Amino acid sequence: MTDSRNKTGSSSGFNRRDFLRGSGAAAAAAAVQTQAAQAMQDSGPAIVRGSQKIALNINGSQHDVTVEPRTTLLDVLRHQLDLTGAKPVSADGSSGASTVLIDGKPATASTILALTAVGKKIQTIESLGGDNPDPVIQAFVKHDAQQCGFCTPGFVIAVRAFLNKNPNATEAQIREGLNGNICRCGTYANIVQAAVAVVKGA
Amino acid sequence: MTEYNWPKRDASTVIGKELDRVDGLVKATGAAKYTYDINLKNQLYAVALGCPHGHCKIKSLDISAASSVPGVVHVHVFDHAQPDREIEWEGELLVVVAAESEGAAREGLSKVKLEVEKLDVFTSAEDLQAAEKAGRTSKGGGKVETVNEPGDDDDEEEFVEKEIERLLKESKYVVEGYYGIDAITHCCLEPHGSTVEWKDGTLEAHLSTQNVSGTDEQFARDLKVTADNVTVHCDYIGGGFGSKFAPDYWGIAAAQISRETGRPVKFMLSRDQELKIAGNRPSGYIKVRLGADEKGVVQVWDSVSWGSAGAQGGAVSHSVLPYVLVPKNYRRVATTIKCNTAPSRAWRAPNHPQACAMSQTALDDLAGKMGADSYDVFLANLVNATNEKADVYREQMQIAAKLMDWKAKWHAHGKGGARGSIVDGLGMALHTWGGGANESSCLLKVYPDGGVTSFCGTQDLGSGTRTVCSQVLAETFGLGINDVRVNIGSSRYPNSGASGGSTTIGAVCESHRRAAQDALVKIFDLAAAELKVAADTLEAVGGKIRDRNNPAKNLTWQKACSLLGLKPLETTASYVRGTPSPLSNSGVAGVQMAHVEVDRETGVIRMKKFVAVQDQGLVINPKTCKSQIYGAVIMGIAAALFEERITDPATGVFVNAELADYRLARLGDIGEIVVELYEPESERIRGVIGNGEPPAISPKAAISNAVANALGIRVPVIPLTPKRVLDALAKA
Ligand code: FES
Repeated sequence: MTDSRNKTGSSSGFNRRDFLRGSGAAAAAAAVQTQAAQAMQDSGPAIVRGSQKIALNINGSQHDVTVEPRTTLLDVLRHQLDLTGAKPVSADGSSGASTVLIDGKPATASTILALTAVGKKIQTIESLGGDNPDPVIQAFVKHDAQQCGFCTPGFVIAVRAFLNKNPNATEAQIREGLNGNICRCGTYANIVQAAVAVVKGA
Repeated sequence: MTEYNWPKRDASTVIGKELDRVDGLVKATGAAKYTYDINLKNQLYAVALGCPHGHCKIKSLDISAASSVPGVVHVHVFDHAQPDREIEWEGELLVVVAAESEGAAREGLSKVKLEVEKLDVFTSAEDLQAAEKAGRTSKGGGKVETVNEPGDDDDEEEFVEKEIERLLKESKYVVEGYYGIDAITHCCLEPHGSTVEWKDGTLEAHLSTQNVSGTDEQFARDLKVTADNVTVHCDYIGGGFGSKFAPDYWGIAAAQISRETGRPVKFMLSRDQELKIAGNRPSGYIKVRLGADEKGVVQVWDSVSWGSAGAQGGAVSHSVLPYVLVPKNYRRVATTIKCNTAPSRAWRAPNHPQACAMSQTALDDLAGKMGADSYDVFLANLVNATNEKADVYREQMQIAAKLMDWKAKWHAHGKGGARGSIVDGLGMALHTWGGGANESSCLLKVYPDGGVTSFCGTQDLGSGTRTVCSQVLAETFGLGINDVRVNIGSSRYPNSGASGGSTTIGAVCESHRRAAQDALVKIFDLAAAELKVAADTLEAVGGKIRDRNNPAKNLTWQKACSLLGLKPLETTASYVRGTPSPLSNSGVAGVQMAHVEVDRETGVIRMKKFVAVQDQGLVINPKTCKSQIYGAVIMGIAAALFEERITDPATGVFVNAELADYRLARLGDIGEIVVELYEPESERIRGVIGNGEPPAISPKAAISNAVANALGIRVPVIPLTPKRVLDALAKA
């Protein structure tokens, strides 16, 4: 699953290969912990640092980016690739505003370390736009399912993922199934209308 | 002088139409750039340390270790964080660390060494006695009105006391109640903040603000430069709700750091800081005695209210109590409590939602006491409506009742019968608001090739400002909304008032319609000469300038504009706040009804249906107008049932300041919502009126009343959490 185009290595004594050998998140977390434990022995709590280059598959193409162990996927999207559709609203992902699709499944980019996203297919809101926007986007516009719009990209992705899984969802199922995202402006009633319209192909 | 006016309903082709918002696609595709999305080359990332205690004195603050963290470029200590300074609320920012990455900045922050001396903390706004004992109260004003007046020899206070007691004694029905509504936070999804850059002595500030035209001067004042050196940009804002009128001291700090380091700085508050310090609505609690006649018309009101707007004092104003329906005899006394919580900010319809929830609940309890239909009691009390809108309320109540199927669903308080542990109930409330136009100027250019573009220093909070401006211009020129280009969101554009108090739609309609009508007069003059007809017979319809009496005599819009010659036609129009105008107005009503289910075993309340009937004069875009109302209702549901700021009384720490813990409504919580725009000709001819605030007022009272109707007892304090429902049931 590693990408051999990038040379690995870092000043902090571990490298990307260590992170990515084995199973992504778990291995990365273990590596971070080991390093952190080592560092703590030396000088109390410390932060493992050191940046390295990785390649991420985002919206169908490979992107070389430079990350630290603590860099989130959201940080990379927003600050290195200027893909700012996913929003930083809650670091713990409880607002759903940073939702992206990873291997087709919704996930909050704010809770994912960039290192663990290597080798996965990442799709952001920007991939659903273009000249012929996704029907979910069109329905959001038509049913005015946005006010300030700050929650909207995350919601569009959440609706897209939900409807991919439940293409014939009823209104009741839509009301049940989209509770991972928050909208402060109160666009939920319009979002329900939009999602129902997509199911109906309207 | 141009005679400004709106086209009649049947002559409108763009105004009053359910058009999609013009920036809908750019937002829904994630392409819209909010302040948080602005990344400037070589920018620093700033994060801040908030005070960890609700009330303390700074003993020492050591930033040396923070400064030496790799990647940290600058550490900024606020003046109010110097040793010996007192901090009065948790979260108040003390230190800002700016670094090459957010990670490095946070690491730097963790190395700041702060020592404080803890001082006494008080956060129990609901507990008036404790506040008095702690010396935290001050007079919040009051007012007395009685029909009978004291004689020359009477002691005024004594007279009032006796008179109120007499009136209560003579009342057929007396209600004594306690009601309250806790503080909530604004919780904008885009936190407060900015990305700023000092360059060659000038400041470019991307600021998340609802006050584009006013914040340049605020930056300038605090940075000690003249305002021509500052430009504020805000193309899109991720929520404001009354909390984003200023750069705030953290915005000023960002600018100072940029000036100091010579690099752009991005400084957005973290989520917990957004909840803790960037805006909350004051709490309000009230003890009421009211007396009513045999028809349920309130004759006397006697209340003592209190609450807190945080550490800088203030509380819900007594002046809106009781809310809208005010009897001829009343005494209202208010007390403000100083708590160790962050100062409040304007929140959608300041004072009104609390006042509504603190008084129309008592009115509903009167219905309960009488065994009467709440609808009839509200109806009877319209004689006490202070805003001369009794007739409008009456009609709106009829419409709302029909949409709710009120009569069929109604049962007396607590008498609805249960399905298992589930009972259901109905409640209503009504409200009022001004919503008159703010000041606004618009520069309009019509090009000889037919292009139309406008510039106005307003902003779009999400209400659809760009869209309504486009509709106004398009309607005036007989074009489609995609034929005009509206520019807003920069302080370089002509001045337009802050978006607060539902004043934006009036403001921008005034300035855009005036500028467009002024331009059209000139274009008509040119076209009239060309067509050899009188200018006053011309109209702009369907992309043409044509003779009203002989439509075959026409010019295309482009042809008419080409008569301008080589230069674009420029008009600037301004509206001065408060000027009477046929285009805009102020003063609205509004009626809302809620149907809820309550589980007596778990205390959980579920929204079944909510109806909102709202007037707002002339509606420019029914689609975005309705969205505002849906949103206001949903915010109201959140405040009525879920939103709780939980503060630790010992430390003053706001313990649930994250979205996982600060419960907001989610999509599955809202039930069915029905919105009805009330726009008979009598309203339409008044011109436009803002509707951001009014529909946000009633939901809490309406829902509380529905719960009281379901249970037959009042759950006194909002939010009506399961625990509070169960406590109230246990006490009954
Ligand atoms: S539209 Fe503003 S937060 Fe959802």
